[in-house]
Amino acid sequence: MSELKSILEKYPPSAERILDILHEVQEAEPENYLDRAALRAVARHVQVPLSRLMSTASFYSMFSLKPRGRHLIRVCESPPCLLAGGERLISFLKEKLGVEVGATSEDGLFTLETTACLGACNGAPAVMIDGTVYGNVTEERLLEILDRLRREDGE
Amino acid sequence: MASETRIVLENVGRIDPDSLDQAIETGAYTALKKVIEGKITREAVIDEVDRSGLRGRGGAGFPTGKKWSLVAPGNEKYLICNADEGEPGTFKDRLIMEGDPHRLIEGMILAGYAIGAEKGYIYIRGEYTDPIERMGRAIVAAREAGFLGEGILGSDFSFDIEIKRGAGSYVCGEETAMIESIEGKRGYPRLKPPYPGSAGLWGKPTVVNNVETLANIPPIVNRGGEWFRSFGTESSPGTKVFPIFGAVNEPKAVEVEMGTALAELIELAGGIRDGSRFKAVLIGGAAGAFLGPDDLGVGLDFDRLKDRGAVLGSGAILVIDDGSSIPEILHGILRFFEHESCGQCAPCRAGTAGLVRLSERLLTGRGKASDLALFISVAETMAASSFCPLGQSVILPVKSALTLFPDEFISCLKEPHAIAYE
Repeated sequence: MSELKSILEKYPPSAERILDILHEVQEAEPENYLDRAALRAVARHVQVPLSRLMSTASFYSMFSLKPRGRHLIRVCESPPCLLAGGERLISFLKEKLGVEVGATSEDGLFTLETTACLGACNGAPAVMIDGTVYGNVTEERLLEILDRLRREDGE
Repeated sequence: MASETRIVLENVGRIDPDSLDQAIETGAYTALKKVIEGKITREAVIDEVDRSGLRGRGGAGFPTGKKWSLVAPGNEKYLICNADEGEPGTFKDRLIMEGDPHRLIEGMILAGYAIGAEKGYIYIRGEYTDPIERMGRAIVAAREAGFLGEGILGSDFSFDIEIKRGAGSYVCGEETAMIESIEGKRGYPRLKPPYPGSAGLWGKPTVVNNVETLANIPPIVNRGGEWFRSFGTESSPGTKVFPIFGAVNEPKAVEVEMGTALAELIELAGGIRDGSRFKAVLIGGAAGAFLGPDDLGVGLDFDRLKDRGAVLGSGAILVIDDGSSIPEILHGILRFFEHESCGQCAPCRAGTAGLVRLSERLLTGRGKASDLALFISVAETMAASSFCPLGQSVILPVKSALTLFPDEFISCLKEPHAIAYE
């Protein structure tokens, strides 16, 4: 909560900063989402009704109103990536993580999502994991990345 | 032998994009100095851009000089650089931002000067983490060097740039939806008119220009509109950056003169992938149209594509070989539109969902012969009645796919498609 306060203090109380604030608040939350209490505090800070803030927060795909895993795996599902095997990567991840698209693995580590074009079509299929875009992704490469993230979290 | 002509990308890959010194060595900010030190008026800058014939590279192709000259008078105006680049298959603006950020900054300062704005925004899509960071560093460096901020280069002209990070919404690439988004709201497109030039951000006169458009401004100011007109075609001067990928040997972005033939572009991307046969391209992204083998000789510019019922759009070219199914690709496009429809107007909200159901029915072998006409009729209704270009554009891929490849759709009626859809 004190972290939330220090984020809000950085921004002038203006509606123009809503998207910036929501990004930062969500990134600071270990479960990668915007919880109700935080949204209420943001609404107070930028001086808009909570209902208006919710209408913004619920519109954008990058914001989540329910808890997600510590790591976000977003597989590109635009036509160039699907043609290059993106659909297979989605099935592979569903199986490896034991989840459907939009759900979080049981250990709370990974949420599987799909995303619109990542602008990495010269390296299709592309996958974005947290803030990093990976191109020419294979099943082996995905396993390596998942293992690395698991190891880093264990440390 | 086809070759590239680089104006926008001339320094990309040649300089360290994090080094302002290297950018300056290759000519960055010379156009700005020419204008400020030469006391060139804002009207003269607009005239030069007008003479160049530059048309907006975001897709619509509106003449840039005209857009600038139509801005309503006022003390408070804004410039917005559209770096949302959400059109599937498009990564040209990312290359410019990552490879030559100072080119874009200089283009924005000149645009701000020309329209009389003191504040500019770059609205970058939220997924573009690297371009956001790189542009952020470049803006700080430009400010420290006196190119941005109060009293630029000792003049009385002030201009500064702020980055706005999007949050995952295709429709925010539409200029009025982008303005709503900057104001902290849902990205719902506004009714036009009023156009942003008269009432845009916070109700003030606003110009929204694409990254590639603005990156063309410094060379035009430096070398003149006539020079720019020596490239490209009469109605579409200059060059265009085309991201080309899919069934080619070397997927990449190439910059060529407007009017270059589709076949030459494919050649520049290393030709059709070895062992494959050319079937079609999808040009302009999801909101684009399919072209077939008969169109390989077509010179790509705004008007020649329009004559064929297609659009230049973002310039993205997805090359499709004979191993891929057009109904399946169209299904992916329709699902994309269904997801990205903002829901504000019924024709687009219901139309995109209806087209996906229709496509699913077709691909699972439950389609009826009358469905093919229904596809067109739904898309035509959307084109005639949707609120914004998102819903209006769906007709392009639908109609071109069904017109060019009717047999593939008819064969779906006879037997279920090879791939099962949920």
